[in-house]
Amino acid sequence: MGIGSIIFLLLVGAASWLFARNIMRVRRNILLGKDEVINDRRSERWAVMARVALGQSKMVVRPIAGFLHIIVYAGFVIINIEVLEIIIDGIFGTHRVLSFMGGFYDFLIGSFEWLALGVWLACAIFLVRRNIIKLKRFVMKELDGWPRTDANLILSTEIALMTAFLLMNAADWSLQQRGAEHYTAAGAFPVSSVIASALSNCSIASLILIERICWWFHIIGILAFLNYLPYSKHLHILLAFPNTWYSKLKPKTEIANMERVTGEVMSMLDPSVQPPAPAVPRVVAGYEVADRFGAKDVFDLSWKSLMDAYSCTECGRCTSECPANITGKLLSPRKIMMDTRDRMEEVGKVIDAKGKWEDDGNSLHTRITEEELWACTTCNACTQACPVNIDPVNIIVEMRRYLVMEESKTRPALTSMFNNVENNGAPWAFGPDRRMEWTES
Amino acid sequence: MSKPMQIRTMAEYAAGGEIPEVLFWVGCAGSFDDRAKKITKAFVRILNAANVKFAVLGQEESCTGDPARRAGNEFLFQMQALTNVTVLNGYGVKRIVTACPHCFNTLKNEYPALGGTYEVMHHTQFINALMKEGRIKVEGGSFKGKRITFHDPCYLGRGNNEYEAPREVLLKLDAALVELKRSKQNGLCCGAGGAQMFKEAEPGKREVNVERSEEALAAEPAVIAAGCPFCNTMLTDGVKHFNKEGEVKVLDIAELIAQAGEL
Repeated sequence: MGIGSIIFLLLVGAASWLFARNIMRVRRNILLGKDEVINDRRSERWAVMARVALGQSKMVVRPIAGFLHIIVYAGFVIINIEVLEIIIDGIFGTHRVLSFMGGFYDFLIGSFEWLALGVWLACAIFLVRRNIIKLKRFVMKELDGWPRTDANLILSTEIALMTAFLLMNAADWSLQQRGAEHYTAAGAFPVSSVIASALSNCSIASLILIERICWWFHIIGILAFLNYLPYSKHLHILLAFPNTWYSKLKPKTEIANMERVTGEVMSMLDPSVQPPAPAVPRVVAGYEVADRFGAKDVFDLSWKSLMDAYSCTECGRCTSECPANITGKLLSPRKIMMDTRDRMEEVGKVIDAKGKWEDDGNSLHTRITEEELWACTTCNACTQACPVNIDPVNIIVEMRRYLVMEESKTRPALTSMFNNVENNGAPWAFGPDRRMEWTES
Repeated sequence: MSKPMQIRTMAEYAAGGEIPEVLFWVGCAGSFDDRAKKITKAFVRILNAANVKFAVLGQEESCTGDPARRAGNEFLFQMQALTNVTVLNGYGVKRIVTACPHCFNTLKNEYPALGGTYEVMHHTQFINALMKEGRIKVEGGSFKGKRITFHDPCYLGRGNNEYEAPREVLLKLDAALVELKRSKQNGLCCGAGGAQMFKEAEPGKREVNVERSEEALAAEPAVIAAGCPFCNTMLTDGVKHFNKEGEVKVLDIAELIAQAGEL
């Protein structure tokens, strides 16, 4: 085994170990949330995952972005088959070890090339949409700073990886043409053979150098990108699958019942019913989470809402369909998801540093204001628009519950509405005795 | 209008030992809002014309709790819901029809968790069924050939996946049905949902109902058809905002059918 193989094995091992560690961190952060059992209607869940995540059914609602995204997605999935060969070649120092498949191998390598070119072009168009055309949803305030850099980094990295892949093939093909040792003829190179014409003046030694540099760049790039995922919005490429499996299958406008409250209300309505026993405090990361109504912090949200936050790739389709946002209100469903993730990461970092959570005086409400929460019409345009079935409305309602039931913070007109419902059984100041007045005129 | 409405309460049915075919859940808007009361009466005329044995709860009806739950007051919601479930179950109610998509959503989807399971229909679904069964016949009438556009209520459409019933009913008017730019799954909210109806809008560039009404007016309809009393209010106000109330009417589907059929 050569020195190259050893370095390669060490790199793959280190990257895999780092990645596993990062994924465990993401998992731990998601599990900061409340337990919620989601395992009903399993066959329907598989179907939703197949349709929405694998089949990209909600992406293509916007045909241009949808089409380009499918190219990048297909490229990502299919070109990674090639990584398998790269890994074997890397370990054993072989050259195109899978070429024994003959014509089928040529077909595979040929299709990878076309896909790589497609990914390259699609990412370039995506960069243009973000930075030159400046589509509204990509230049909104909540993307200032890291989120915008993150998006551009992802697209540039993909372009760099595809460039390396095609240049590697171009050098390889040139070497094959010249009958260089080790580079036995294998594969079909419809795209890189064109690029190769630019390499015609290179010596065999420099061609090998180019091929090797690109090979290492491509594989190191992939390993680095893998470890970039957990720090990036790009994590959606993995979480889109579980997140759609755990989709809300109930009617969109159905709000889940708070069973804790049911027990208390039943005992209020019927004195013979015993009020429920106080909930046993939940200990998360060495921290006793106070039992409260609604969501003050990430601990009070369902783990599914936290997975939602990690699955968000900040595409902004939710926000661009949100009636509140369209009409200039502060609310942006995308920002709700980004804030939830940022807060989760903030809590996670404290746990990483101290081994347990210590209250830092902040919460979800530090990031998400009442003005945002009270602007939502619960119309579910955002949940409809989301390509991976994220549910911002659930977070908004949970946070409203906290404001109203724990802090008595609401809008004055809503206080009147509550009073009317409580006293008159109607949101307006009309008593039950007037319920039949409509029949009289 | 011609004949007086025939309305009996659940209590009256029970006293006579009778069971109605369906309970008409009138809702707060339908009971108290002057504009929405007209929708209630139009729907009653349809029910009468189809000889549907229906009951209302009258004084025993109370807010479903929808705005309270959406505004975060789960206690108040559950007080309302549990009280209503007790009344409904006490009368052995099996089927409910309502002209409000918010009542519809709550009764249908949220009451089962609190012990109230009923077959709940939105009035456009109910009217559509009456038409299919031949219990009412409306063809053409005064809206024949007119341009009508339908605004999908979020709580009926996106919320509960019902896009066809209101459209099938509208087709019976022989009108020219024009779709809005944002319709069905992509329909834009009127601005009233999530308890917004009962509060001032948060600060912004414009009101949601103005945005939606502008889009509806761009379709140049004679009538904007609604299926929700709150959407109706929001769109009526929006049409007024553009001073178009003389040319464009905002009417509920029940009103369109009652008028077209001269019921």
